[in-house]
Amino acid sequence: MTHRPPHWGSVGIVMLVHTALDRAEQVARHWHAAGCPMVIHCDKSTPRHAYEAFRAALADLTDIRFSRRHRCEWGTWGIVAATQEASELMLEEFEKVRHVYLASGSCLPLRPVQALIDYLAERPRTDFIESATTADVPWTVGGLDEERFTLRFPFSWKRQRHLFDRYVAIQRAIGFKRKVPHNILPHMGSQWWCLTRQTLSAILQDPERATYDRFFRRVWIPDESYFQTLARLYSTNIESRSLTLSKFDFQGKPHIFYDDHLQLLRRSDCFVARKIWAHADRIYDAFLTGPEGAMSRTEPNPGKIDRIFAKAVERRTRGRPGLFMQSRFPNEGWENGRTGGPYSVFQGFAELFEDFEPWLAKATGARVHGHLFAPERVEYDGEQPVINGALSDSAATRDYNRKAFLTSLIWNTRGERQCFQLGPADIPCPGKTPEDEPDMDLSWMIAGDPNAQVSVISGAWAVPLFKSNLNFADIRAEAARLQKIESEHLDVLRSPYSKARIRIWTMADFIESPMESLQTIIDEIGNKGLRRLAEAPRMTDLSGFGQFLQNLKNQGMHPYLMGDFPVVGEPVGTDNGKPRKPYLVQ
Amino acid sequence: MGVVQSYRLRLQRKRWRVRAFRKRRELRAISDRTAQIRPDDILLFSTQRNEKIRLPYFLHYYREMGVNHFLMVDNDSDDGSLEYLMKQPDVSVWHTRRSYKRSRFGVDWLNWLQWQHGHGHWTLVVDPDEFLVYPFCDTRPLRALTDWLDASSIKSFSAMLLDMYPKGRIDAQPYREGQNPLEITSWFDSGNYMIQKNGKFGNLWVQGGPRARVFFRDMPEKAPALNKVPLVKWDRRYAYVSSTHMLLPRGLNLVYDEWGGEKASGVLLHTKFLDTFTAKAREELDRKQHYAASIEYRAYAENLARNPELWCKWSEKYINWRQLEILGLMSKGNWA
Repeated sequence: MTHRPPHWGSVGIVMLVHTALDRAEQVARHWHAAGCPMVIHCDKSTPRHAYEAFRAALADLTDIRFSRRHRCEWGTWGIVAATQEASELMLEEFEKVRHVYLASGSCLPLRPVQALIDYLAERPRTDFIESATTADVPWTVGGLDEERFTLRFPFSWKRQRHLFDRYVAIQRAIGFKRKVPHNILPHMGSQWWCLTRQTLSAILQDPERATYDRFFRRVWIPDESYFQTLARLYSTNIESRSLTLSKFDFQGKPHIFYDDHLQLLRRSDCFVARKIWAHADRIYDAFLTGPEGAMSRTEPNPGKIDRIFAKAVERRTRGRPGLFMQSRFPNEGWENGRTGGPYSVFQGFAELFEDFEPWLAKATGARVHGHLFAPERVEYDGEQPVINGALSDSAATRDYNRKAFLTSLIWNTRGERQCFQLGPADIPCPGKTPEDEPDMDLSWMIAGDPNAQVSVISGAWAVPLFKSNLNFADIRAEAARLQKIESEHLDVLRSPYSKARIRIWTMADFIESPMESLQTIIDEIGNKGLRRLAEAPRMTDLSGFGQFLQNLKNQGMHPYLMGDFPVVGEPVGTDNGKPRKPYLVQ
Repeated sequence: MGVVQSYRLRLQRKRWRVRAFRKRRELRAISDRTAQIRPDDILLFSTQRNEKIRLPYFLHYYREMGVNHFLMVDNDSDDGSLEYLMKQPDVSVWHTRRSYKRSRFGVDWLNWLQWQHGHGHWTLVVDPDEFLVYPFCDTRPLRALTDWLDASSIKSFSAMLLDMYPKGRIDAQPYREGQNPLEITSWFDSGNYMIQKNGKFGNLWVQGGPRARVFFRDMPEKAPALNKVPLVKWDRRYAYVSSTHMLLPRGLNLVYDEWGGEKASGVLLHTKFLDTFTAKAREELDRKQHYAASIEYRAYAENLARNPELWCKWSEKYINWRQLEILGLMSKGNWA
């Protein structure tokens, strides 16, 4: 070679490979072509013939060595042993090497290798190794952080998971603790580091190394702590971050990059990324073909990738609140939001006010349905036979799975507040305890949902009866039935288990000052800002209602949920016999 | 779950396997190319009867996705589909004249073929009218998914059946051979699904969609099951219990998260409701070879005579997997 760029041969690459050897070969050639001497370690579990072929394929490269093969099972000492030996070989064979970069076969340089070489040459004394004390980082999975160092792990996590877990539990129970060598403080961090010759050789040639090795041999996942801990002993200048972009999911497995991540990777400005899917042809083509894969010479900025993967973990662990589907079906209490958003349930309002539904829609801008749980059919707003999500108005389908009905309705209309009417006639079986069958029971379903805003005017179900043209015996029977149901329903709402935002008025109380109560409810829905209500819904004519209740009493059926109505004298809700005028705010 | 129940399920699994073993004699290999199968190939298993018109697009769709070999059972077709399949270089085909119903709707036959050829492979079991959609399927081949599942130690992948239908009468637009059926059946129901947990097998039982909305409006409990686990890293000890709705051992049915999170899942676009459906429904009704005395087909026949339109104002038009993901019908889980 006639002309060589500056710092040729100053960065050595230690590469650990086990599968996708064709890709590893491609990447090795790329590193090598840019003047990086290499030492490759191939996992012992890779078949011999594959390994031989791999070596033969790279035989034409001068500055490549292969170190002795170890079996590298995840989480065990083998990887560290392999790294130690390969690093020793590197320092021994290539004297010009100033920085040693640890990479894997599925790592891919995103920026021109020369940029990395220059970057490191400008920082000749800096060790790039993520290294933090166990107390300070939330990375660890399965609760093993400090205990990685203080317990013993003779069983394989992958193959003997049960034994692994039991043995940990036993050690915890009896309070077993290993002793950490006195002069070290356990640190952890990404397995992929870049160390200076000085630091690395100090670690490898430490007279105490046998002690440390003996200790770390029994540590859980030592490749994330051996060099991270020991570098702290010798390095004069640690920069605690990895130059390799590597993201982990909630189980501690690395996220994988695919072709559709190409633009993201380009914009990350990272030197090296892992792990790349072996068949991501476009990524390999883009970054291995030459300097045109180059990116701007700026500091690494993996923010956007961070966000994407953080979101993926969030999706896996927390999910979307209020969604029930084929791969998310949370147990009771683990829904992270039983429904997808807040909604309002009105009980007795449509009975007391003649135009309550249109009035409410106008006052709040919310979508106001009739009695969604009416026995005959689902009364969607505007009498629609089907609404969002193709949810049908069939009462049979709704009653087959009421929980699915309600959660689907709220999920399908997310972004728009739903209001609906409820009455004792809609509730077939209230009053069970949560242990019985909580999800099939409407009362419990709503009462237990923090998203529900429930407003009840108790006893208002008597108004339609009062206005009806039924025989009094039938009215009496129906009143008794509805009162019993509503009473049990109110017990549920008032129970300590209920989580909804609940307001209950007796009918007598409510009509004392309807505007005030309505204002409170509307304010809480809060769609239209803090404007005062200008117009009240029209209350139905209640003259004679007191006498009606008295008649029921005289028949031996005592209506009590509506509160105290005077039998004679001024009937509530009328003014000298004239129908009451709509209430107007002065 | 108690030891007793666990043991019962074990016995049941063995019984299905014995049954599959006995039913092997019903299958006659017509063109056996299974010697071509390489160790990490992705295999597709399917039963078909008189689906000649659908097969070209079906094979094309899954070849593009990255299926390496097709293993098909032909149940006595007379429309030339057997001959068509014999000519395909990546298809092995078996023929049988025996009862579809008595083989538990093809499950026994496929259990046997999977036992024989599926061991150690990722296997996909779908009907010719079912099209798998999984997260990132527009940019990543099926092998990306199976590699990721392998790396995550996941053995089974859920894909709910999503019934697709045309706008207007089902028989209004004729389907041409080789055409993408989604050009006609491009609509679906996005949010009327009902889920219960099956305590015995641990799977979810999903019902809903247009069939529940229109055909089973007044008897929703009879609406067909939509939960499916079509993609499994097969082991010869496994057995499908009922169609691909559930498997044994029951750990394979735990394709859903119970602690609030979402596991990755896909969707099987079910393009049954083409113009070919009306004739098919009539034929199947005569053959009485379908589930629960063909109650489904009886319901169809009754309704189709009246008003064969599944489309409604709130139907969604299919765009891509991202749309299905946003609607909450499938999930990326932690795959990104």
